[in-house]
Amino acid sequence: MEKRVSFRGIWLPTALVLPQIIITAVFFFYPAGQAIWQSLYIPDPFGLSMQWVGLGNFEFLFADRFYRGSFITTAIFSILVTVVSMGVALYLAVLADRLIKGSGSYRTLLIWPYAVAPAVAGVLWLFMFNTRVGVITWYLGILGYDWNHVLNEQEAMALVVIASSWGRISYNFLFFIAGLQAIPKSVIEAAAIDGARFWTRFRTIVFPLLSPTTFFLLVVNIIYSFFETFGVIHTITSGGPQQATTILVYKVYSDGFVGQDLGSSAAQSVILLAVVSILTVIQFKFIERRVHY
Amino acid sequence: MKHSISCLAVAAVLGTASASSAATEINYWHAFTGRLGELVNEQVEAFNASQTGFVVNAFHKGNYSETLNAGIAAFRAGEQPHILMVFEVGTATMMAAKGAIRPVYEVMADAGVDFDQAKYIGAVKGYYTSPDGNMLSLPFNSSTPVLWVNRDLLRSSGIDPDTDLSTWEKVGAVLDQLKAAEVECPMTTAWQSWIHLENFSAYHDTPFATKDNGFGGTDTELVFNRPAQVAHIGAIGEWVQDGKFIYAGRRNEGGANFRAGDCALFTESSAGYAGISSAAEFDFGVGHLPYWESLVSEPQNTIIGGASLWVMAGHEEAEYSGVAAFLNFLSSVDIQSKWHQDTGYLPITSEAGENTRMMGFYEANPGTDIAVIQMTAKEPTANSKGLRLGSFDQIRGIIDEELEAVWSGDKSAQAALDSAVERGNALLRRFEAATR
Repeated sequence: MEKRVSFRGIWLPTALVLPQIIITAVFFFYPAGQAIWQSLYIPDPFGLSMQWVGLGNFEFLFADRFYRGSFITTAIFSILVTVVSMGVALYLAVLADRLIKGSGSYRTLLIWPYAVAPAVAGVLWLFMFNTRVGVITWYLGILGYDWNHVLNEQEAMALVVIASSWGRISYNFLFFIAGLQAIPKSVIEAAAIDGARFWTRFRTIVFPLLSPTTFFLLVVNIIYSFFETFGVIHTITSGGPQQATTILVYKVYSDGFVGQDLGSSAAQSVILLAVVSILTVIQFKFIERRVHY
Repeated sequence: MKHSISCLAVAAVLGTASASSAATEINYWHAFTGRLGELVNEQVEAFNASQTGFVVNAFHKGNYSETLNAGIAAFRAGEQPHILMVFEVGTATMMAAKGAIRPVYEVMADAGVDFDQAKYIGAVKGYYTSPDGNMLSLPFNSSTPVLWVNRDLLRSSGIDPDTDLSTWEKVGAVLDQLKAAEVECPMTTAWQSWIHLENFSAYHDTPFATKDNGFGGTDTELVFNRPAQVAHIGAIGEWVQDGKFIYAGRRNEGGANFRAGDCALFTESSAGYAGISSAAEFDFGVGHLPYWESLVSEPQNTIIGGASLWVMAGHEEAEYSGVAAFLNFLSSVDIQSKWHQDTGYLPITSEAGENTRMMGFYEANPGTDIAVIQMTAKEPTANSKGLRLGSFDQIRGIIDEELEAVWSGDKSAQAALDSAVERGNALLRRFEAATR
C-alpha cells in the first residue's frame, strides 16, 4: 500500500514551491545568466563601456598554458582534499561510534572546526607552518626537515590541502556518524556472532551500508573543493609558489576581484560551472550505481 | 582606536540626522587600519573642526584592493564616495575610467582653490600626472625602497657596520662575509617586483615598459627582460642558491625576519620605519637602495609606492568645492610635515620636507631623510617618472611567479623574465581592448 498526498488544482502547489523557485532564480539563475552574458564581452571595470568579443575570452583562456595547467592543479587539489577530509572523517567517526563513555563530548569537539571560516583556517595553518616562527616548522626542523612552502611547490600544495580539509573533516564526520548510527546493530551483532572481526564487519557490512552517505559527501566535497577554497589559497599562498596552488576558482577570484578583468573572470566561472556539472553528472551516472540505498 | 571607530560608526549612523547644521557631507573611503587609520581620522577631524561648511566622513573599506573594488562596485550602483583612495598600481585603471573620475587639477580649478602644482615634489606627483603634467589625483601616502641594515649583526660577524653598501657589488662582498660568518639570513626583501624590477629599472634609468613606461598610452609593452634586469635578477638568483639571500614571500613577510634580528640586510619601503623602529631590539641603520656600478656611474631616482586620492564623478557641484577644500587642507605644510614624521611616508610638497628639516627631525632620527634624498636628488627621466600599466596588480602576480621560478632554481633569469614579459603583455593587450 502506497501513501501519496496529492493536491487538487495548480495554485496551492505552485504557491508552496514558489519561494524556492524565486530564491533559486534570484540567487542562482540570474547571476549565472549574467556570468554567461558577461563572458562574451570585455567590459571596463566601471561598467562604462563593453567590447563584444564573442568567444574571445574563452580563446584567450585556453591559449594560456598556465590556465590549462591549472586544471591539473585543481584536479590534484580536489582529489587530495576529498580523500583526506573524507578518509580522516570516516576514521574518526568509526572510532567515535565505538565509544561508550564520553562520545558526546568527542562528537561536539570534532564538530568545532567546521565553524571556522576558510580564510581564518588558512591564517591559523599558515601561522603554524610559518617558515620562521611556525611551531610545526620548528618541530620539523628538530627532526632535520627544512620546511619551506614559500618556495617548495609540493609543500605548498600539502599545506593548502591540510588547511582546506581540516574544517571539512568536521562536516564529513557529522554525516558519517549519523550514517553509522543508522546501521542496525542487529546486523553487526549477527556478523560478530558468526565470527566476523571488526575489519571484516566494516568492509562487508558497515561500508556498503554507509555508501549513500559516502556518495553524497563525495559530490558535496568535490563541489566544496572546487568553489569554496579560494579563501584558504588567498591567505596561505596566493596561488604560489609559481603556479603550484593556483586552482581554477582562485583564478576566478583574483582576475575578477583583484585584477578587475570581469570578462575573463566571468568566462572562467562559466567554464568552472560546466566542469562541475559534468563531474556531478558522471558521479550520478557511474558511481551511484554502486550505492546501496 | 576602538573609541574613535565607534564614534565614527555613530557619526555614520547619525550622519543624515546630524546634518541639520546644513554642512555639505563629503565621503572619503580609505584603506588604513591601526595607527595609520587613527592618523587619517585625526586629519579628517582637524579638517572638520577647521571650518563649518563641510563635513568629511572617513570610512575604512578594507585593504588597497578591497577599497578599489568597493569604489568600483559603488560607482556601478551610483553610490560612489567623493574621494577614493587607490594604490599606485590602480592608477592606470582609474585614469582609463573617464566619466568615473574627475581630475584633481580640474576640481581645484572649478572650485577656485589656489592650486600651485609646482609645490608638489616632482618624483611623487609624477606618478599621477597626465602627459601634459597636470595632477589627476592627489598623492597621499608615498614611500620608496631603501636598504635597512642590522648593524649589530654586521658587527658580530666582524664587519664594520659603517661599511659602504651603496652598490650591489659591495653588498655582494658583504654577503660573502656574512655567509662565511654563518649568518642564517644575510639578506632578504619585501615586495620583490616593486623593489627589484620596477624600482631597479627606474634607478638604473632603463625602461620597464615602452611608451615611457605606459605614460604615453595603453599600447605599451613590457621590456624588463633586458640585460640590466636579467643581470640583477640573475645575481640575486645565485645569492638565493648560495643561501645568501632568503626569500620569505611575495609581500612583506621578510619584514618579520628582519625585525626579529635574523637578517643582516633588508630591502623594504621607507615606510617600514614605523614598524622597524618600534619592534627592532638591535641597532639598525638605513641606507640608499644599492645600484650596480657596472651598469651606471651614478643612480637615477627611485619611484614611489603607496596610494593617491581620486575624486569620483557624479556628485553635486557644491560638494566638489568641499572636496577641493579638503584636498587643499591635506596638502598644507603642517598636516604634511606631521604625516611624514609620524609614518615615514614621503612629504608630498617640498615645503613640508623643508619644514621637517628645520624642525630638526632628520637630525634626531638619522636616516629618515634618505628616502626623500633618493627620490629628489635627480630630476626624473622618462624611465624614472613611474609606471602606468593596466592590470598591473595581475602583472605583479605573474612577476612574483616567475621570480619564484628563479629563486627555486627552476628557470634562468632570462627565461623567467622573458616569460613574465610575454604573459604580462597578453594582459596589457586585454586592458587596451577593455578601455578602447
